[in-house]
Amino acid sequence: MKTHQFEVLVVGAGGAGLMAGLYASRTAKTAIISKLYPTRSHTGAAQGGVGAALGSLEEDHPEWHTYDTVKGSDYLGDQDAIEFMCEEAVQAVYELEHMGLPFDRTADGKISQRPFGGHTNNVTGKPVMRACHAADRTGHMILQTLYQQCIKNKVNFFDEFQVVDLLMTDGKASGVVAIEIATGEMHVFHAKAIIIATGGHGRIWEITSNAYAYTGDGVAITLRRGIPAEDMEFFQFHPTGIYKLGILITEGVRGEGGVLINGKGERFMEKYAPNVKDLASRDVISRAIYIEVRDGNGVNGKNYVYLDVRPETVNHYAAIDGRKRPDGRPIEVTGEEILGKLPDIVDFCRVYLGVDPITQPMPIQPTAHYAMGGIPTNKFGEVHADEKKTVIPGLYAAGEVACVSVHGANRLGTNSLLDLIVFGKHAGLKAAEFARGNEYQPLPEDPTAFAREQLERVKNGDGTENAFDIATEMKKVMFNDMGIFRNSKDMQNALNKVRELKERFKHVRVQDTGRIFNMDLINAWELGNLLDLAEVTTVSALARTESRGGHAREDYPDRDDQNWLKHTFAFVDGSGRIELKYQPVTITRFTPKARVY
Amino acid sequence: MQVTLKVFRYNPEKDKKPHYETYKLEAEPTDRVLDLLEKVKGYEDGTLSFRRSCAHGVCGSDAMRINGSNKLACKALVHDFGAKITVEPILGLRVIKDLIVDMEPFFDNFRKVLPYFINDDPAPEKERYQSREDRERFDDTTKCILCAACTTSCPSFWASDEYLGPSAIVNAHRFIFDSRDQGAAERLKIMNEVMGVSRCHTVYNCTLACPREIQITKAIGEVKKALMTGSLE
Repeated sequence: MKTHQFEVLVVGAGGAGLMAGLYASRTAKTAIISKLYPTRSHTGAAQGGVGAALGSLEEDHPEWHTYDTVKGSDYLGDQDAIEFMCEEAVQAVYELEHMGLPFDRTADGKISQRPFGGHTNNVTGKPVMRACHAADRTGHMILQTLYQQCIKNKVNFFDEFQVVDLLMTDGKASGVVAIEIATGEMHVFHAKAIIIATGGHGRIWEITSNAYAYTGDGVAITLRRGIPAEDMEFFQFHPTGIYKLGILITEGVRGEGGVLINGKGERFMEKYAPNVKDLASRDVISRAIYIEVRDGNGVNGKNYVYLDVRPETVNHYAAIDGRKRPDGRPIEVTGEEILGKLPDIVDFCRVYLGVDPITQPMPIQPTAHYAMGGIPTNKFGEVHADEKKTVIPGLYAAGEVACVSVHGANRLGTNSLLDLIVFGKHAGLKAAEFARGNEYQPLPEDPTAFAREQLERVKNGDGTENAFDIATEMKKVMFNDMGIFRNSKDMQNALNKVRELKERFKHVRVQDTGRIFNMDLINAWELGNLLDLAEVTTVSALARTESRGGHAREDYPDRDDQNWLKHTFAFVDGSGRIELKYQPVTITRFTPKARVY
Repeated sequence: MQVTLKVFRYNPEKDKKPHYETYKLEAEPTDRVLDLLEKVKGYEDGTLSFRRSCAHGVCGSDAMRINGSNKLACKALVHDFGAKITVEPILGLRVIKDLIVDMEPFFDNFRKVLPYFINDDPAPEKERYQSREDRERFDDTTKCILCAACTTSCPSFWASDEYLGPSAIVNAHRFIFDSRDQGAAERLKIMNEVMGVSRCHTVYNCTLACPREIQITKAIGEVKKALMTGSLE
């Protein structure tokens, strides 16, 4: 066992972790540990843009962004935090540009912006150009730029270190335990302040846009240490994943004028969101696709529809909608321009589908995409120990792993990259400030004991069960019964199945008994995390007897502000029993009203 | 269809030297080679080790040699290779276990080229303006995902891992030709060192290997030209 000491320790090296590390390292001795090389992080897969009311091309205001985000969250987002994020957004995006991020440019050299779902001009109700972009690789550019800046600022990295436990001393954070994957050795990182930025857990579902690495490690380890998970029933299904594969097709396709077409050739979003149509919120569109398929309007009777961005289609519907260029001329895009704005999407479709989006429509289906829920924090990234907002000294979380909550029941596109940079930065600043004013907590005796116990379990099962089978069955039942539409019977079925799988998981034994790059062991441990989060997600969802944002129930189809304008806090006790508590939503300026697009 | 998958295997804790294992698998022609490796790991041999994350060609974890050429396993489909597929680790970096190589020399080279934005002028209140033409000038080299497919296909890198290699030069190019950046002179000095661009003999392996279709040989040529002419035009 090796021990290291850093004032601030960041776990995870995606957008939030790198941003936190960059800011913390300016004043505190900081290290970032990550199970991947930083540039492998899933931030790099984000495509369409980062939202900020710069007003490069047309009038826009942070207040409009705030309202759109509140409405997008189906009024479950905390309005003080949302306002903070949308106001900080403008400066944060300029800061990225100052770090060298290669944004696309407008004709006069400013940061280019495009429309995105749910982002509107609050006066006209029409889509507004708010997504700052670098082609369809905005996340890639953010990840690369932040990693580059961390190198420039000599931040300490521990690459390919798998975190397995959080250490607490007298209710305060004191360190983490991690496995050095290359050697199998346990390392203890003793720290004054710890920032968890490990990302989401979309690997629970069968069809997913998420990386293999998205196994919910951060939420799982904090739950095991008695810290609650907030709003876990809210998980976003992105409407446009590549059919069967789930690979993300950015909302930017629709921002550039692409439309959704069902098997009858109809542009069906007119029925569901007459105002903004194909640029409605993601939950609204995913449900519309589900309903179209259910009603027999899938393409060729199958469970997919088309996303069509062929120039003739874009120009046709732009004329019908009366959309024009900023200078007032009619929209007349060419295949060349589409390719220039969406090069990676074109590449994905050509490689994985043999479809060329310039000349053919893309077959798509909704895909599991983003965790609105996670570790409860305030807007400074400080982690809450309970529904009463008690702050845990020295513990921070930021990015998808955290629930501030700015996304509430449904996140708007472009707000995830924004969340990373704004809350990553503030968690980094706050953690460094904490480190300045506080001493190291003593480490607990035998700090790796709990981590070893967890790993021993998957090393020493009786081997009668196969981890791969368990993962496959979990993903299937969660996609079928805990997906876009839910009801009591299906969710109960999912819960029973997940509990059965958790029992069976106790019999798993990894085949690899070595120390060096034992991915077998790490992947099995990750599966344990996914199973834990699948259970918490389902229990949280069963209890919420209403429909709101990403949680849509057939048996409770309406939003119920009387009883459910509150956040779920799920606690897991030592015996694995889940208890739910609740916290009221913070409402400042926007009284909940019906959500229509 | 049935696929015969031959995989390079090496477990440093057990094997004296590497060997190959062969697996017969049912596969769809549209399966990714990564899917086949996952299947082997899940059902045939849990000890098989390889890196992977995003599974759609943007994170750069799973560069490997597939039927002799460098590919990302998640971007290589079965129908591109047929019923016999051989998978081996990329060349020029030490094999740690199975398909996993030591990436540290690769990232060391990356860090040597000052791969970050340099501009010491006080930042404006808003963005630095940049014309579309100036932005386009370095667009191609912003796409690099540091997968090492190019560098480990380069005979000059095989000869010496002290050679910066195509990927590091691509990342230098990304900043040298960015109109906002002020570090070009310093970077060009590094490019001009013994282990810099002069080691490139325009074999084009790198360009063929790049899963992001970056015109790498062209980019290296532009750096060479800048060195010769002293101009970034």
